[in-house]
Amino acid sequence: MSEIRCTGRTASPGVAIGTLFVLQSALHRVRGAGSTTEEGAALREAIEAAKAELTELITQTEGEAAEILTFQIAMLEDEELAAPAHTEIAGGSSADLAWRTALDVQIADYAAADDEYFRARVSDLVDMRDRVLQHLSGAQAQALPQGAVIAADDMTPSRFLSHDWRSGGAIALSKGSPSSHVAMLARARHVPMVVGLGFDTAKLKPGAPAIVDGGAGLIILDPEVESRKQASNRIANEARLEAEAQHFLKRPATTRDGTAVAVFINVASPEELNTLDPTICDGIGLVRTELLFHGQDSLPSEDQQVAVYRRILEWASGRPVIVRTLDAGGDKPIPGLTVEESNPFLGLRGLRLSLKRPEVFRSQLRALCRAAVAGELKIMLPMVTVPGELEEARGHLNEVVAELARVGIAHKRPPLGIMVEVPSVALTPERFAADFFSIGSNDLTQYVMAAARDLSSVAHLADPTDPAVLQLIERVVDHAACEGVEASLCGDAASDPALVPQLLRCGLRKLSAAPGAVGRVKAAIAGIDLGG
Amino acid sequence: MNEPTGTEATGSTLLTHSAGLHARPTLKLTMLAKTFAAKIELAVKPDGPWIDAKSVVRVMAMKAPKGSTLHFRASGDKAEEAVTKIVALVDRDFDEAAEGGKAGNV
Repeated sequence: MSEIRCTGRTASPGVAIGTLFVLQSALHRVRGAGSTTEEGAALREAIEAAKAELTELITQTEGEAAEILTFQIAMLEDEELAAPAHTEIAGGSSADLAWRTALDVQIADYAAADDEYFRARVSDLVDMRDRVLQHLSGAQAQALPQGAVIAADDMTPSRFLSHDWRSGGAIALSKGSPSSHVAMLARARHVPMVVGLGFDTAKLKPGAPAIVDGGAGLIILDPEVESRKQASNRIANEARLEAEAQHFLKRPATTRDGTAVAVFINVASPEELNTLDPTICDGIGLVRTELLFHGQDSLPSEDQQVAVYRRILEWASGRPVIVRTLDAGGDKPIPGLTVEESNPFLGLRGLRLSLKRPEVFRSQLRALCRAAVAGELKIMLPMVTVPGELEEARGHLNEVVAELARVGIAHKRPPLGIMVEVPSVALTPERFAADFFSIGSNDLTQYVMAAARDLSSVAHLADPTDPAVLQLIERVVDHAACEGVEASLCGDAASDPALVPQLLRCGLRKLSAAPGAVGRVKAAIAGIDLGG
Repeated sequence: MNEPTGTEATGSTLLTHSAGLHARPTLKLTMLAKTFAAKIELAVKPDGPWIDAKSVVRVMAMKAPKGSTLHFRASGDKAEEAVTKIVALVDRDFDEAAEGGKAGNV
């Protein structure tokens, strides 16, 4: 018996081995039609019961999962959804048949959409359809065995959420989409998942061994010994890396030869910190403030900003926090602030925009100076290109500090550093009298390699370890060492354990990574020997 | 068939959300619309068909992709305010532009 390989699309990476469980989506029992009043009432009750169930489920979930369920409740609450079914019932149909027909019309409509996002809503509608049908028929949901590879045409979000994935398992779907709600949930919970496999679930053998390789978009049925061995090795390797990451997570990072490396985190919103333990890091190497400038009717007030910055400083409890002033523009437009440009990455972005809109910039500087009394705050300017910009920003900071002193508001003047993203700065850092330097490797790479960071066609050129980029990093680090100021790196490269050795060999001793990458970055550091 | 009474207002704006008028924006839009007593309708063409902006089922079913122009019309109490606020919500990209999954500029 030889193995069967099916290739689909990646929805969630990771490898899993398990026995195949084939999930049947349809509920077939048909109830007999009562009177039109009875059937109408039965449908209303079933919808209410489904809503109550979803509401209960929400209390056990959070974030994305809760949002998905909220959406389903809103759909069920909308009388438009059941209106066609009630018309059918008035015409003599049973509640379940009427509901199924009404929802199937909607499902077919979404399935035919041009846009993948809207096609992906099919699974939400199937979920709602089946949940209500279940209440109408009193049928129980098929329980999923733990650790199994679940094969199905598609899977509904609530089915995913009702299963305990802690003992492993994976999902292999004949249809489905990487942008479905289930795919998002699978990525969040690290459940390997492949979609669009196109197999006929009726022909699959339940109970047969199967391997799912989420990253490769592959499922292997009845795998041969060699395939099993490879998959086991990868699973073991992954588990070892994760265990290692956990081991190093709360320890100070040190290379094998004993060189200390400070590991900071990048933060985009204060909410992220709620679930993070400050002891995993040496501080925050980058607070992105763009998020503050969305989510409002207008730009945030100075007081609103102070409150957010203080909250972050309190979380850090004495550890340094580098706050980057508004870095709008480029791939992050802000309505009412940024301007439309044909080539926004080379346009009015970051500090360039702040200096054009000094009132917005100064309100942020004032807020930062006021918050600075609550901890170790530092201000970082994005997209600096020529020394004059740093000096102009420093002028604003001086004036803001003087103003605050004059009116007697508590404040502190934070150190003023710059991001190194533009090659002009990386080539001649000595021209910039900054209190610290932080290398933004994503932008520095895109500008050095002339490869836009948002174009997959040139992604192979946008390599942060190209010798040209590494040489510039080294130049900045050397200069900072000579001047006795700090240099760090806060781009995506600092979150990639494979790149960390090269960064340390450039002389970097401060890295700012994504919070989720800290453990693996520290583990990678521990494995490096810088040779004394 | 429904001759508007009371105040009337219209407005339109460009939908820039990367995934179009999808679940989260639709929820936000319909929830905002429901805070007004006025009849509020939405269309992707200036001459309709007009659909109820308070119905999450109807608004989702429009499947408005990114780059659509959304037209709004309202009649009744605070119609003007309703249109202004809804257009503002779309213009703010439903307060979630930074959640689009792109890495930040570093």
